[in-house]
Amino acid sequence: MTRSIVVRVRWANRPRCTGASEGNVPDVKIVVCVKHVPDIQSDRQIADGRTVRDGGDGTLNELDENALESALSLVEAAGEGEVVVLTVGPDDAVDAVRKGLQMGADEAVHVVDEAIAGSDAIATARVLAAAITHVGGADLVVTGMAGLDGLTSLVPAAVAALLDVPALPLAAQLEVTGSTVRVTRHLDHASEVLEAQLPALVSVTDQANEPRYPNFKGIMAARKKPVTTLTLADLGLDATLVGAAGARTEVLEAAPRPAREDRVLVTDTGDAGVRLAAYLVENQLV
Amino acid sequence: MSDILVLLDHTSTGALRTPVRELVTLARDLTDGGVHGVWAADGAEPSADALTELGELGVTHVHRLTSDADVRVPAVLAEGVVGLLDATGARTLLAVSSFENKELAAYLAVATGAGVVTDADALERVDGTLVVGKTVFAGTWTTRTAVRTPVAVVLVKANSVVVSPAPAAVAPQVGEHAFTASAGASRVRVVERTERPATGRPDLGSAHIVVTGGRGTEGDFTALEELADVLGGAVGATRVATDEGWIGHDAQIGQTGVTISPRLYIGAGVSGAVHHRGGMQASGTIVAINTDPDAPIFEIADFGVVGDLTTVVPQLTAELRRLKG
Ligand SMILES: Cc1cc2nc3c(=O)[nH]c(=O)nc-3n(C[C@H](O)[C@H](O)[C@H](O)COP(=O)(O)OP(=O)(O)OC[C@H]3O[C@@H](n4cnc5c(N)ncnc54)[C@H](O)[C@@H]3O)c2cc1C
Ligand SMILES: Nc1ncnc2c1ncn2[C@@H]1O[C@H](COP(=O)(O)O)[C@@H](O)[C@H]1O
Repeated sequence: MTRSIVVRVRWANRPRCTGASEGNVPDVKIVVCVKHVPDIQSDRQIADGRTVRDGGDGTLNELDENALESALSLVEAAGEGEVVVLTVGPDDAVDAVRKGLQMGADEAVHVVDEAIAGSDAIATARVLAAAITHVGGADLVVTGMAGLDGLTSLVPAAVAALLDVPALPLAAQLEVTGSTVRVTRHLDHASEVLEAQLPALVSVTDQANEPRYPNFKGIMAARKKPVTTLTLADLGLDATLVGAAGARTEVLEAAPRPAREDRVLVTDTGDAGVRLAAYLVENQLV
Repeated sequence: MSDILVLLDHTSTGALRTPVRELVTLARDLTDGGVHGVWAADGAEPSADALTELGELGVTHVHRLTSDADVRVPAVLAEGVVGLLDATGARTLLAVSSFENKELAAYLAVATGAGVVTDADALERVDGTLVVGKTVFAGTWTTRTAVRTPVAVVLVKANSVVVSPAPAAVAPQVGEHAFTASAGASRVRVVERTERPATGRPDLGSAHIVVTGGRGTEGDFTALEELADVLGGAVGATRVATDEGWIGHDAQIGQTGVTISPRLYIGAGVSGAVHHRGGMQASGTIVAINTDPDAPIFEIADFGVVGDLTTVVPQLTAELRRLKG
C-alpha cells in the first residue's frame, strides 16, 4: 500500500472559528498542535503520579510530524496560507515547536506555566483551545492521532468541542476543497469518509503521509522565525482549572512491571516447532 | 448506589461485539444498582440473541438512543449519552477502548466534567471512589488511577476480565431514548461507511490467541494463517507488513494500530520494535520466532525460538494438529 497524500486545496474566503472580525477576511491559517514527549526509545518513568518530562530525553511526538506534514503540504498545494505550530508544556517543550519551524512552519507558540504541570488531557485541551483563540483563531487545526506518552487520543476531540468546531479525527487521507474538508479513516471494524465545513479540526494518522526532514535551509530559516511564549495569565485562564489542581483523575500508584520470569530461548536444530508445541500444551495455552 | 451505563458496541446485524461481555461483567461488581446498556440505534437493532445474552449477563435495561441526527458521529452520540446520564441518574459509563470511543469520551468529558481513563484493564470501587488499573509506556509500567469527579467514563481494553454470567438471568427492558442533536454536533457528515467483512477468524482486538507476522514473512502469510486456524486465533501484523500491502491495515498491531492483550501472542519474523511492542507487550504469554538471536522481541518473549519461520511455523502447526488428534 502506498502512503497517499491527497491534497487538493482551494481555500474559500471565510471567517475563522474565532477572532476574525466581519469584513476583514484574514489569510488562511492552520494551527498544528504538537506535543513534547519522553522519547519512546528511552527509559520512561513516572514519579509522584506524573510522567517525568524533564529527564532530557524529550522529543517532538513522532505522530505530530504527520500533522505538520499535512498542514505544510496543504499550504503548499494552495499556494497561500500560514502554519502556526503550537505546544503546551514545560520549558523543554520549546524544542518541539522549533522542530516544527525547521520543517517549515511560519511561527511558533509555546504556552508554559508552572500551574500547567500535572494537567490531564482535558485541561491540556482547554489551554490549547484558549491559545488558538488568543492567536486569532484558525481555519483548520491539525493534530497528531495520539501522544506517544499517554496514548489517550483525547485531546483532539476535546479541543474541537471547546472551540466549537467539527472534529474529523484519524485521517489517513485528507482533502480540502473550497471550504469543505474530507477525511478517510480506518477504524477497528469499518472505514469511513467524513466531511465537514471549515473551520474544523482534523487529527492525522501515521498513514497520512511521509513527514519531511528539516533540511539545512529550513534549519537556518527557523532561527529567524518568531517563537511567542505565553502564560495562563496571557490566555486569561484560571489556574485552578488546569494542572494538578484541575485534574479529574489522580494516579495513586505506578510501578515498573516486573520482568517476565522463566523465559526460554531455544535455537532451532530441527525440532523447535515440536518443542514449542509441547510448551504451549504444557502451559495450557492451546 | 446509582446505576451504571455500558455502551453496547455492536455489528451492523445487531450482534454484540465480544468485549462488551467483559464490560457488563465488570459493571455488575461496581454497583448494587442496575446495569443499563446503551444501544446507539445506528440502523442496527439489538438481535434476539444479543438481548438474551445481555439478560444472562445481568443487564436490566437497554436504552436505544435514537435521533434525527446520525448517531454514528461521536459528537452526536455524546449528546444522547449526556441525556441518558441525566435521565437515569447513572454516574459511570463503561465502553470498549477504541478510537471512536475515545472521541466519544472526549466530548463527554467536555460536556459533563467527567474524568476519563482510557485503556483500562481493571476496575474497582474503593470507599466509593472508582479506581482504575492500566498499563502504560508500552506495557512496561502498571498504574492505578482514582477518578475524582462525580461522572466517570472508563474505556476498557479487551481481554481484561473473564466473562461470567449474572447469578440470575433477567429479561432486559428495552426502551427508547430519543434526542435532538445540536446543530453543532451534526456538522460532521458520514459520507461513506464500509464495515469490514467478517474473516471467519476471531476479531483481532479481542482474540485470545494472536499469530503475528512481520517483514520476515516476506509477504507470505499462508503458514501463519494455518497456524492461527489450528489455534482458533486471529492473524495480526507489523506496520511493515501492512505498509507492504501483504495484509490489510486493520491487522496492524502497535501504537498506531490495534492494542491487544491476548492470552497468547506468537510473533514470527517480527523484530519487536518499540512501536510494535506498545500494542502487544501486555499479552499473557509471548512467543517469538526469529532468525536473529539479537532481535529485541526476545527480550520480552516467554518462549523464543532462534530459527527460520518457514520451517518452524509449519512444524509447530503439524505438531499441534497431531496432538489434537
Ligand atoms: C510513528 C511510528 C509509528 C509506528 N507504529 C507501528 C505500529 O503500530 N505497529 C508496528 O508494528 N510498527 C509500527 N511502526 C514501525 C516500527 O517502528 C517497525 O519498523 C516495525 O514494527 C518493524 O516491523 P517488522 O518487525 O515486521 O520488521 P523488521 O524490524 O524489519 O524485522 C523483521 C524481523 O524478521 C526477522 N526475520 C527475517 N527473516 C526471517 C525468517 N525467515 N524467519 C524468522 N525471522 C525472520 C529478522 O531477523 C527481523 O528481526 C511505527 C513507526 C513509526 C515511526
Ligand atoms: N501538550 C500538548 N501540546 C500541544 N499539542 C498537544 C498536547 N497534548 C496533545 N496534543 C495534541 O493532541 C494529539 C493527541 O494527543 P493525546 O490526546 O495526548 O494522545 C497530539 O498528537 C498533539 O497533536
